[in-house]
Amino acid sequence: MTTNGFVQIALFFGVLLAFVKPLGWYMARVHEGKPCGLDRLLSPVERGLYRLCGVRPQEEMNWKTYTVAVLLFNWFGLLALYLLQRIQGVLPLNPQAFSAVAPDLAFNTAASFTTNTNWQAYSGESTMSYLTQMMGLTVQNFVSAATGMAILVAFIRGLARCGSQTIGNFWVDLVRSTLYILLPLAMVVALLLVGQGAVQTFDDYKTARFVQPVPYEKPVTDDNGQTSLDDEGKPKMESATALYQIVAVGPAASQVAIKHLGTNGGGFFSANAAHPFESPTPFTDFLLILAETVIAAALTYAFGVMVGDPRQGWTILAAMLTVLLVFVLGGYLAESAGNPRIATLGVDHTPSSVQPGGNMEGKEARFGIARTAIFAAATTATSTGAVDSMHDSFTPLGGLLPLFLMQFGEVILGGVGSGLYGMLVFAIIAVFIAGLMVGRTPEYLGKKIEPYEMKMASLLILIMPIVVLGLTTVASVTTAGTVSILNPGPHGLSEILYAYTSQANNNGSAFGGLNANTVFYNTTGGLAMLASRFWLAVPTLALAGALARKTLAPAGPGTLPTHTPLFAVLLIGVVLLVGGLTFVPVLALGPIVEHLLMTS
Amino acid sequence: MKDQLRPALAMVLFLTTLTGLIYPLTVTGLAQLFFPDQANGSLIVQDGKVLGSKLIGQYFDKSEYFWGRPSATAPFPYNAAASGGSNLGPTNPALIDAVKGRIATLRAADPGNALLIPVDLVTASGSGLDPHISPAAALYQVKRVARARDLDETIVQELVSRHTEGRQFDLLGEPRVNVLQLNLALDVLKDAVASPERSRS
Repeated sequence: MTTNGFVQIALFFGVLLAFVKPLGWYMARVHEGKPCGLDRLLSPVERGLYRLCGVRPQEEMNWKTYTVAVLLFNWFGLLALYLLQRIQGVLPLNPQAFSAVAPDLAFNTAASFTTNTNWQAYSGESTMSYLTQMMGLTVQNFVSAATGMAILVAFIRGLARCGSQTIGNFWVDLVRSTLYILLPLAMVVALLLVGQGAVQTFDDYKTARFVQPVPYEKPVTDDNGQTSLDDEGKPKMESATALYQIVAVGPAASQVAIKHLGTNGGGFFSANAAHPFESPTPFTDFLLILAETVIAAALTYAFGVMVGDPRQGWTILAAMLTVLLVFVLGGYLAESAGNPRIATLGVDHTPSSVQPGGNMEGKEARFGIARTAIFAAATTATSTGAVDSMHDSFTPLGGLLPLFLMQFGEVILGGVGSGLYGMLVFAIIAVFIAGLMVGRTPEYLGKKIEPYEMKMASLLILIMPIVVLGLTTVASVTTAGTVSILNPGPHGLSEILYAYTSQANNNGSAFGGLNANTVFYNTTGGLAMLASRFWLAVPTLALAGALARKTLAPAGPGTLPTHTPLFAVLLIGVVLLVGGLTFVPVLALGPIVEHLLMTS
Repeated sequence: MKDQLRPALAMVLFLTTLTGLIYPLTVTGLAQLFFPDQANGSLIVQDGKVLGSKLIGQYFDKSEYFWGRPSATAPFPYNAAASGGSNLGPTNPALIDAVKGRIATLRAADPGNALLIPVDLVTASGSGLDPHISPAAALYQVKRVARARDLDETIVQELVSRHTEGRQFDLLGEPRVNVLQLNLALDVLKDAVASPERSRS
C-alpha cells in the first residue's frame, strides 16, 4: 500500500460527497415536477412524448396500476431486445456480419439488460452488431435505470404522503428520469470519455500490421473443419503466425457512459472497463467510478428533500458510505498483499513509485491496485457490475469482498433507485427491531409499521437469498453446473456462488472463468434475474401504496429518531446481520477455505 | 390494464428512438467533430499504413524489443478482436505454472540479470490488450534490449525515461511505459544509427 493509494481513495469519497447535494437537489426538483433549468429546453420533447404515447401526465395511479405499467413496459422492452438479437443478422449497422444470437443466450441477455443486471454470457466485440448494441442494449441501459428511479420516487411518495390513494404516474417518472437526469449526464460523460481516447465510430474494425509478427500454436483441422486429435486424444497443434491485429472499435463511449450512470455495467467489449477503448486512462477510471456511484448517492439527498427532512437522507448515506469505505480499504489491503505463491518464485511484488506491485493478474498497469480496489468495491456496492479488472483472479479475500457486498442485497448505494428503496426497506426493519426492544409500535417517518408492511419487508429480504442459495446448490451438485467451472478446488464453488449472487442481485459482474454461455446457466440465470428484479418491485410498490394510505402518527417521546448517527449504526448492523447470517456459511466454504489453503 | 397497453408499447418505441438512435448519433457526431483521432481508435499511422493503436498493446518476444504484459487472448496474444483476461484463480496450479514459464523465458533471454522480476511482467492483464508496463518492468529489460541492439545502455535507458508517463495529474493511476510506442522509437533509433547519412539528408 502507498500514500498515493490512500490519497486516491480519499479523493473519490471527497468528490462523490461534493456532488450529493447539488445533484440530489436537482433530482428532487425533477421528480416534484418543479422547474429544473433543463425543462426550458426539453419540456417540448417531454410533452411530445406524452402526446405520442397517449399519456395524461396529470393523472396519478394507485399502486396496482403503477405496477401494471412497470411490468408491461419492461415486458415489451424484454421482447423487443430479444427479437432484435434474433434478427440482427439481416439488419443494418452490422459491419462484422454477426449472425443471430442463439435463443438461450438472447433470452439471458434480454432478461439481463431489462433487469438492470447486465450479466454478459457473450463477448460484445464478437457477438453483437452495432445496431443491437445501440438500439437494444443502450436503450435498456437507460430505461431500466429510469424504471428503478421511478419505483423509488413512487416509494418516497408513499412515505411522504398521507391518506393518499395514488403514488404518482409511472410514465411521467420514467420520462423525466430519462430526459432530465440520465440523458444530459450521459452526454457529458460520453464526450469526456472520447476526449481521453474511448472510441465512438461506425467504422469497420481496424486492421493493423503487427510490428513484430506473433507466433502461436493453433489446432489442426481436417477437411471437414473438425479438430484433428493425436493418439492421446488431445488436439493436434501446428505453428502459425499472426501478421495482422484486427482492432475492434464501435460506438462504445455512448454506451459506456450510460452503463455506469445507470448502474448497468454491460461492457461494449468483453473486457469491459479494463479495455483501453472503454477506459483509456486513470482519469476515465475515476470518472466511471464516480458515474456509477453519484446518482445513487445523490438520491439519498433527493429522498431527504422529498420527505421534508434532508437529515433523513444524510443518515442513510452515512450508513452506506461507511460500509463502502471499509470494503474499499479491505480490498486495497488484500490485493496489495499479492499472491504468496507467486512471490516465492523470484518476483518483486512490493508496491513502489515504479511499479504497482501486489496481485496484478487480471489487472491493468495504468490502474494499479488502488484504483482497482475502489472500482471493485464501487461496482459491487452499486449494482453496476462493470469491471476494470478480472475479479476471478483476485486473491481469495479480495474476491470475497465484492461477493459479500452484493449479498447485502445491493443496498450499499445499490442500483439507481433500486438501491435506495432496498435500503429504505432495511430502515423499516431497523425501526421494527428497535421497536421490539422497547415494546412500542415502530414508526418510520411518521408512518406506523404494521403487520402488512412487515410481511412485505420480510418478503423483500427473503427472496434474494432463496434464489441465490437454491440455484448455487443445484449448480454445485449437477454436471450441467460443474462442467462450466474453470478453477479447481474451493474457487470453483466461489465461481458458481458469484454467478448467482451477481444475477439475483442484478449486479452483472462475474468470476469470468465460469463458462456461463450454456443452456443451463443462461436459463437459470435469466430466471434468477427476472425473479429478483420484478418479484422485488411488486412488494415494494405494494408497500408504497400501503404507506401512502396511512395517516401521520405524530412523533412522541418514545419515537426512535431516524436522523441520528445512532440510527445509522443500527441500520448498518441490520444490513450486516441479515447478509452475514445468510451467507457467511457458504462464504466459508468458498473464498475463506481458499484463503487458508493459499496461506498455509 | 388495457389503458396501459398503448403507453407501454409506444414508450418502448419512442424511448428506443431517443436513447438508441438520437443519443448515440449525437455523441458520434460531436465526437467525430471534436476528437476525430481518439474516436477512431488513436491509430498510429506511418506512410499510410496502420501500425497499431496507441491504446492497444502488441505482442513482442524478440530480444531487441521491450516485452509487454502477458496476454491471455485467444487464439494468439493481443488479439484486439477478443479482449479478456486469463480468469485463473490465485491458487490454480495453471496460474503458477504459467508464471513459472514466463519467469524461465525472461531469465533465459537475459542470463546475467539477477534482479527480481516486477510482478506486472509475469501476470496477464485484465484486457489482454494492456498497452503499458510499469517503469520497473521496463528498466528490468534495458540491459537485454541494449545488448540485442548493440546500443549503449544509457541511450536505451534515456529512451525509456522519455516514454515513462507519470500518474495522471500527478495523482491518478500508476506510472507506466507504453510498450508499442517505446519499441517504435527504438526502431527509429536503429534506423538513425544504422544509416546516419539518410537521417542527415
